[in-house]
Amino acid sequence: MKFSIQINEGPYQHQASDSAYQFAKAAIAAGHEIFRVFFYHDGVNNASRFTMPPQDDRNVINQWAELDIKNADGEPELVVCIAAALRRGMLDESEASKNGIEGNNIHPAFRISGLGQLIEAGIQSDRLVVFGD
Amino acid sequence: MATKKFMYLNRKASYGTAYAIESLEVVLIAAAFEQDVSLAFIDDGVYQIVEGQNTDGIGMKNFSKTYHALGDYDINKLYVSAESLEERGLTADDLMPLVYEDEDDDWEEKPSVKVVSNAELTKIMSEQDVCLSF
Amino acid sequence: MLHTVNKSSFERNSLQSCLNTIDDTSVILLIEDGVISAANNANSPMLADLASQGRVYALQGDVDARGISSKVADNIKLVDYAGFVDLVVEHGTAVSWV
Repeated sequence: MKFSIQINEGPYQHQASDSAYQFAKAAIAAGHEIFRVFFYHDGVNNASRFTMPPQDDRNVINQWAELDIKNADGEPELVVCIAAALRRGMLDESEASKNGIEGNNIHPAFRISGLGQLIEAGIQSDRLVVFGD
Repeated sequence: MATKKFMYLNRKASYGTAYAIESLEVVLIAAAFEQDVSLAFIDDGVYQIVEGQNTDGIGMKNFSKTYHALGDYDINKLYVSAESLEERGLTADDLMPLVYEDEDDDWEEKPSVKVVSNAELTKIMSEQDVCLSF
Repeated sequence: MLHTVNKSSFERNSLQSCLNTIDDTSVILLIEDGVISAANNANSPMLADLASQGRVYALQGDVDARGISSKVADNIKLVDYAGFVDLVVEHGTAVSWV
């Protein structure tokens, strides 16, 4: 089956991202396809390339990156909602330069896009599961 | 492609958290995809569409009037839990008079808000293809 | 349908709201702090009926993490993440009560 996942909370503060990751990992292991993982609300913070968790704990961002979730064109399907991201100061290179901001913080395994991607995920997938608080 | 039934599950009040405003933002974008959209307001979610919100004292944007635009986007199935209203000492009269124009009925203006019992909500939920929680 | 509940019934009314709108064939999966409702405690009556019908599941990993493996009601079925995936496949639309 084709799964999509929506994650509403940031890393570490809530278990949502961890649960979603374990679910995604299990789905992939069982031979299912992850169509898209959509990060909304504080979930956009899962895309930060600056997190530095303690060495003896999991690295949530890297875990997501290592799942290597991409589409047939090789583009990441770890998608960060642009509206929620901008509000919370999560910018990729393009948004940063567009807004005259020096520096950007979105990990390359993620891409920023519009809310339509969430709806499309719901339409195109067989199942959509939400992890939140 | 066949349309899917999308439900937007709202259980939290506005302003205390961002779930309400950001849920509404998804709904407005969703309108462009012409799916079968329903919104459910359960528990404190009913407060999202209470009439008379005034945010002057808290310095936050009052986005409640945006709900009035839903009718223009063919989003006219707003289900409100009767039990949730009652528990909170609210009635249908406390809610915003959200309407839509029914193109199949000479563009007659009709209410988009439908107060429903748990039993009715159970049936509505069981028919959904996708449920987004915020 | 598969209803997931991730909050303890002592913390939030999410489980109760879920129970208010669950139909006759759907199942509940308790995850994260929601597994607290799987343990034998003052709120056990909430799930007793559904559990006796075999319609309540709890995520093993979350149960173990919270040290309540020995407290889980006998008729609540424990699953791992692979089992979680299977439940989503089997039961169709997933509703998340947060």
